[in-house]
Amino acid sequence: MSVTDLGMPAFPAAAARSTRDTRLRANLRYATHTIRDKRARAVGELSDWAQLRAAGRAIKDRTLRHLDHYLERLEEAVTAAGGQVHWAADAAEANRIVTRLVRATGEREVVKVKSMATQEIGLNEALAEAGISAYETDLAELIVQLGKDRPSHILVPAIHRNRSEIRDIFRTEMGSWGRPAPDGLSDRPTELAEAARLHLREKFLRAKVGISGANFMVAETGTLVVVESEGNGRMCLTLPETLISVVGIEKVVPTWQDLEVFLQLLPRSSTAERMNPYTSMWTGTTDGDGPRTFHLVLLDNGRTDTLADTVGRQALRCIRCSACLNVCPVYERAGGHAYGSAYPGPIGAILTPQLRGTASALDASLPYASSLCGACYEVCPVAIDIPEVLVHLRERVVEGGKVVRGGMRTVIQPAKGHAAERAAMRAAGFVFDRPGVLRAGQRLAARTRRLHPRRLPGPGHAWSDTRDLPPVPAESFRDWWQRTRGAERGDGREEGAK
Amino acid sequence: MSSRDVVLARVRRALADVPRAAGPEETAVPRDYLRSHGELPTDDIVQQLAENLADYRAIVHDIDAAGLPGLLAHLLGERGSRSVVAPAGLPPEWLADCDLEVVPDVPETTPGELDAVDSVVTGSAVAIAETGTIVLDGSPDQGRRRITLVPDHHICVVRVPEQVVASVPQALERLAPRRPLTWISGPSATSDIELDRVEGVHGPRTLEVVLVTSRAPL
Repeated sequence: MSVTDLGMPAFPAAAARSTRDTRLRANLRYATHTIRDKRARAVGELSDWAQLRAAGRAIKDRTLRHLDHYLERLEEAVTAAGGQVHWAADAAEANRIVTRLVRATGEREVVKVKSMATQEIGLNEALAEAGISAYETDLAELIVQLGKDRPSHILVPAIHRNRSEIRDIFRTEMGSWGRPAPDGLSDRPTELAEAARLHLREKFLRAKVGISGANFMVAETGTLVVVESEGNGRMCLTLPETLISVVGIEKVVPTWQDLEVFLQLLPRSSTAERMNPYTSMWTGTTDGDGPRTFHLVLLDNGRTDTLADTVGRQALRCIRCSACLNVCPVYERAGGHAYGSAYPGPIGAILTPQLRGTASALDASLPYASSLCGACYEVCPVAIDIPEVLVHLRERVVEGGKVVRGGMRTVIQPAKGHAAERAAMRAAGFVFDRPGVLRAGQRLAARTRRLHPRRLPGPGHAWSDTRDLPPVPAESFRDWWQRTRGAERGDGREEGAK
Repeated sequence: MSSRDVVLARVRRALADVPRAAGPEETAVPRDYLRSHGELPTDDIVQQLAENLADYRAIVHDIDAAGLPGLLAHLLGERGSRSVVAPAGLPPEWLADCDLEVVPDVPETTPGELDAVDSVVTGSAVAIAETGTIVLDGSPDQGRRRITLVPDHHICVVRVPEQVVASVPQALERLAPRRPLTWISGPSATSDIELDRVEGVHGPRTLEVVLVTSRAPL
């Protein structure tokens, strides 16, 4: 995953390719349906889920609305506990800071915990340019890294790969990164997991620098929280001498008590478990236990721009559970790669165009990667109204308007490709405001209906490629009403029906 | 202008619409969710803990205090462990019946040396019944975080009922944020390959939880 993805095709083009991949679609369908069913059961165990969801939403809103306050508290608490806090306005600055911190240790390799933030900023690529090898240690991230691939799901990033592909990747690639795959490796998941355990263990045992993200940061206490399943997180957070955590500024929560909400919402929404196997919490450094040096890099990279949008800022509530991916009919068919960023699925469709802006064709197409069915909003544990933000962002793409980019207020122009839609909507608005014009138009359409083409000419052509034009009835509803009821009740005033 | 100032200034500009004079309290947080799910009597909470631990593939044992050393010796012997890490504050009588090398938890031990140890025995800080979770907080009977991570076999002793709470909110009330905390719910696991659950990736592949009661068994 690179930072910019300049070469990525827009969502429709990428989805047109991925939807033809039948194996990918079968894998995705199985995965998303399995997780969503399990999740429903795990959530169903808690009678107060709705109350927890409301609390989670409110805690995140409170944090976002006073983010400067909580970031300053967090910085104080982390510093008081022996940590060092760094601030990065964008991806390039975050990468420079981390590279400098790793170089200062004299080490040339680091072990990494799965982290969305470091994927977003392209940290591994930046470290590689500086001659530093970054080893992903989550099993799925390892599969992705060895396969020179990109993650396709927030929770299970290698879900697009099946077991025999994974075996082949391990056989051919493990040797050039470290300990090779055992001879005669089969495609049984237990054997593949064992191969990963052996391959990574030598890296964990000698690692001097660990890099992580965090699921939560507690402003009150300076505590960071990482939830995980495999134990690779614990390895990276505990064994190295230096720990560097790169965390988006929106990951802060006000108080220790607030964790009682999120540690119930996140595991059940994400892996559909009562609790994930391992959760690590650390506050600064601890004498004689774990890293002696702890750096926290607080990352903006478009988050404050998102915060400036009063409708769009709710996307920053996201706790990265991936429940919205698993219920989305578009994600299920298109797969994660089509979204062209670290954040796939419905949440990616509203987060990426806000973090990066809508200047590229890909980013401008993302708000359209949805049927607006609303399933994502239903399952979201912090009640992000994703359809509302999608519609809001579509309006921005079509109409242009005032936004904040890189901290600067700016006005974006309406997207060119939407001129016809904009003209059509303006015309529709004019007609709907004028019943006489609407009536004349409807009657004309009804009389000429035999002459209507099956497909639209000109700029409407693309739209009608994939849709049937609705047939025009012989008589409009308004005329029918007027003829059958209006006369009967002596109520002929058309304006009254408006 | 430092990047810190840049980011904080951006945040403040972005929040121009928020009435800030009243402070964070202007956004109300409803806390009408439950402190625990169901008002179970203590014995049932311990039972729920045992069931949920087992549901996530931990091996659960019940014993009274007098029987603990014998049980630990039996479990370590059954597994064929030749060495066990013991945190400095582990009650010495716990391993009194064991005939194997006891490796102390000291700062000088390297991760590689720990990797050669077969098992680890610790106490715990608190256990959560609803989620089947045990929490370690680095107290003297639990030791450094790495000793419960690198060896492949972890036996964790929970004193029941006093160390057991029903819920996540009750557990957080008992824990000190300044201590390094590890929450453990079953052995490490992955579902990264076709969602097939595989137990045991990097952490201990076998987790045994001993629920020890000071009362004599009925």
